[in-house]
Amino acid sequence: MKPLVLIPAFNEGARIGGVLSGVRAAVPDATVLVVDDGSSDATAAVARAAGARLVRLPFNLGAGVAAQTGYKFAVRERYDCVVQLDADGQHEPADIPGLLAVIARGEADVAIGSRFLGDAGYRPGLLRRAGMGLFRWLVWLLTGVRFSDVTSGFRAFSGDVIRFVATEWYPTDYADADVLITLRRAGYRLREVPVRMYPRAGGRSMHAGLRPVYYVFKMLLSIALAPLRREPAARKGIRI
Amino acid sequence: MSEALTLHQTIFALVTSLLTFAFVLELVRRRRLREEYSWLWLLASGIMVLLVVWFRLLVVLTHLVGAVTPINTLLLFAVLFLFAICVHYSVIVSRLTSQVKTLAQELALVSARLEERADR
Repeated sequence: MKPLVLIPAFNEGARIGGVLSGVRAAVPDATVLVVDDGSSDATAAVARAAGARLVRLPFNLGAGVAAQTGYKFAVRERYDCVVQLDADGQHEPADIPGLLAVIARGEADVAIGSRFLGDAGYRPGLLRRAGMGLFRWLVWLLTGVRFSDVTSGFRAFSGDVIRFVATEWYPTDYADADVLITLRRAGYRLREVPVRMYPRAGGRSMHAGLRPVYYVFKMLLSIALAPLRREPAARKGIRI
Repeated sequence: MSEALTLHQTIFALVTSLLTFAFVLELVRRRRLREEYSWLWLLASGIMVLLVVWFRLLVVLTHLVGAVTPINTLLLFAVLFLFAICVHYSVIVSRLTSQVKTLAQELALVSARLEERADR
């Protein structure tokens, strides 16, 4: 298997260095790709110095677009597995092999790192817990599957899935829960894997401000339109 | 029930719609406005001219929508057209957004490849 470790990053110069050395220690043989989402700080320089491959978007396009740029990279360079983690140090790089193993053994097409499975020791605040509960319920409504962690961006894709998420079907404007729903609808096998997550060490979360409100609105719209929407292309034989 | 438009109203409506029509045509002629974005404006001003000139059609429409006076019908159609044009633009903006996204990704991937080749 030829895995790619994908790290989309926006202004994470202060934190991405630690993440990259953690990744190097956890999966020494894997290629690491940093997608710099138009950062104005030292993100790209830090990534390059750490020996990661680097793709730089010309301006900020959002986490979903940055991640998809990495998927397109993986398709072109013929990687058959992508594991994606945040650049801000919230995800534990030592858990990467666990996610990759699920894909390598063919147990699932998508492995999602869950901070709530097993003894992950993550205790979010009350407001965040309520929000996560709501998303979990919405995802359950849309897919009929109970996921323990629907806002996790720590995940691994098989080759088939990479080719799918590199197409226009991938919801780039607001990721995570929407990705679960889209992939589930497209017929892929999803599996949660326990991982460790940490609170942010600083900087700005992408879930700050009014974005969660917009997220809920978008999910509700998605539920309302679900029966009317054309289904994504069938699982096999997707070409891009 | 439906009062005729006064001469004043007729002239004003006619002049503004004709001016709009001519202005849009001129923009297209000078290539400041692409044909694909001009058709809705031309359609809107064209129908306004038609409604002003062909008064009986305006009266029929006024009865159809239940408006009180023909001038209300003219206003109603003007608002509807503006609405249609706004939605039309939202669709165009969405398409452009997705094209810009794809282009930015392509550019990033291609320049990454070029940079790596130069480093070697």
